[in-house]
Amino acid sequence: MLRIPQLSGRRVVAGIPILWLLVLFLIPFIIVFRISLSEVRLAIPPYTPLLTWHHGSPSLQLHWSSYAFLFTDSLYVSSYLYSLKVAAVSTLCCLLIGYPMAYAIARAAPASRSVLLMLIVLPFWTSFLLRVYAWIGLLKNNGVINNVLLWLGVIHHPLVLLQTDFAVYIGIVYSYLPFMILPLYANLEKHDGALLEAAADLGARPMRAFLRITLPQSLAGILAGSLLVFIPAVGEYVIPTLLGRPDQLMIGRVLSDEFFENRDWPVASAVAILVLLLLVIPIMWFQRLERRELEAQ
Amino acid sequence: MNTNTAVDTPPVPVTADPASAYVRIANLTKRFGDFAAVDEVTLDIRRGEIFCLLGGSGSGKTTLLRMLAGFESPTSGTIYIDGEDMSKVPPYERPVNMMFQSYALFPHMSVAKNVAFGLEQEGVARGDIKRQVGEILDIVKMGSFGARKPHQLSGGQRQRVALARALVKRPKLLLLDEPLAALDKKLREHTQFELISIQQRLGVTFIVVTHDQEEAMTLGTRLGVMNHGRIAQVGTPSDIYESPANRFVADFIGSVNMFEGQVCDAGGDCLRIACTELGCTVRAERARASAAGATVWTAIRPEKINISRRPPAAQPAAAPENLVRGTVREIAYMGDMSIYLVQIDSGKMLRVTLPNVTRGLDLPLTREESVWLSWHGTSPVVLTE
Repeated sequence: MLRIPQLSGRRVVAGIPILWLLVLFLIPFIIVFRISLSEVRLAIPPYTPLLTWHHGSPSLQLHWSSYAFLFTDSLYVSSYLYSLKVAAVSTLCCLLIGYPMAYAIARAAPASRSVLLMLIVLPFWTSFLLRVYAWIGLLKNNGVINNVLLWLGVIHHPLVLLQTDFAVYIGIVYSYLPFMILPLYANLEKHDGALLEAAADLGARPMRAFLRITLPQSLAGILAGSLLVFIPAVGEYVIPTLLGRPDQLMIGRVLSDEFFENRDWPVASAVAILVLLLLVIPIMWFQRLERRELEAQ
Repeated sequence: MNTNTAVDTPPVPVTADPASAYVRIANLTKRFGDFAAVDEVTLDIRRGEIFCLLGGSGSGKTTLLRMLAGFESPTSGTIYIDGEDMSKVPPYERPVNMMFQSYALFPHMSVAKNVAFGLEQEGVARGDIKRQVGEILDIVKMGSFGARKPHQLSGGQRQRVALARALVKRPKLLLLDEPLAALDKKLREHTQFELISIQQRLGVTFIVVTHDQEEAMTLGTRLGVMNHGRIAQVGTPSDIYESPANRFVADFIGSVNMFEGQVCDAGGDCLRIACTELGCTVRAERARASAAGATVWTAIRPEKINISRRPPAAQPAAAPENLVRGTVREIAYMGDMSIYLVQIDSGKMLRVTLPNVTRGLDLPLTREESVWLSWHGTSPVVLTE
């Protein structure tokens, strides 16, 4: 008997995101990967084809030189490492600031929870770019912060705040904090209060109960929030460009410069592929942990 | 409730020392806004007993228990445990452990880790922890489950682990919040007796909160029946069942037939009560003295009423006492006994239960059959409030 594949609701629901990822993620990825294996040339498009025809027979020409190049120039390696450092420190700061906030919201009265959550999301109503520019106004030499401190007499010469690592951290932590708080809140809000009572009943002081009960149980939320901050922070372009040091680029800036300044698409693509590889490792690690967590429930 | 089992309650060894109030609750009140969840409760709980706090939902029994554990602070009043005022003592310093209704097992820890948690907080040496955890898990028959996680256990097994975790620190006082509510009926009955045997073996004082009167009767050396935040009556299970102090208790525990009436003869060793609802005079021996003319309520348990086709002999025909006619309206066969709903001539429905003593029906009453109901003079309880 002939079986006609049925377009069931389940297939449609599963199919849409798969199609989305295929068209908007996998295919562009393949294109970028393909460009990274070409050589640069002055033409349109500005790279060599992979497949050429010699006397009627196809010949495949893969160039790994762009990747090799990334390791010969210290600019790339140092940008990678700097990006990782900035992302890691920013993630840690977001965690240290965001955890108590998420915890407080999760413990707040149900009526005030939605208001507090709205306040967390409120900054998104203003353009991201605008908010980063606003930080320039706050941090620059004759900006709000310096003026207030000078007026108070705390300092006598303006502090150099803008175009420092500090400014980059401020910008990233400020911009990505909601991405840390929301998954943490979602996790902490589900915690059973009886467990903390049980811990207290068994003699655990509040801090110990937190470390032994709440913290281990919120690990999935910590990981989710950390990845949501860490991953975009590694590739962050706008914040370091506007607030950061001119002498130390992050990898996102390097990538954009390669494309638009140098017009070296193969190298730019190679940078993009390596950033992706760098991020795939923590994502896979997270997914493994999450699966373990699911199995434990 | 199944009244039969309540009467058949196995004898619970009473080792409690009546002289020593181990837990003393004095004028304890807890208000949530305008609502008094616990209202001026004064209660003594003796060393070594199983005290059951019995009440419906919202009666304040759980709030009272949570104040004993230290999770709620009283609005007023004092709790003394072993003579010590607990007002300023946080939960983690009280000589009390609690078994939670939801069990509240730590999901990310193994059974052994759960049980060890309390000992770890005290800084007990690692070797001792291992030994004590092993001992207590053996007592609750979970010795071979130490490595499992809570989600890998059945409901009954989780209940045992929760009990072990609460007992491992050898508390003097164990609070149990609906300890058996999550278990199915067979397992619950079995576990009741195990709880008693563990309590006897370890000599711990138990305070059990339950809404299940059968559970309270089986477990409790004494019961405290709670209603609207107050203690309605404290007594042994048979005190509470046979001599309820008021209408609430009589009605809440078991089933009861209750009639309003006036005392018409308060002389002699018994009361005579005229019940228009019942259509006969009730003669109550062993009743508390009451003035003639006072309005009282007469409560008769369904199993204390006899049912027969002919009127019992030796009754003065003129003014029948403790005797009414009626018609069987419903019969519910329960196996061990049958419940008869008999409509008496005044129109009121009476509930009568008879044990099915012999195989096959020895009293094959049918519906719509006319019967006589009678009871002994010691059966009615006369209530004034």
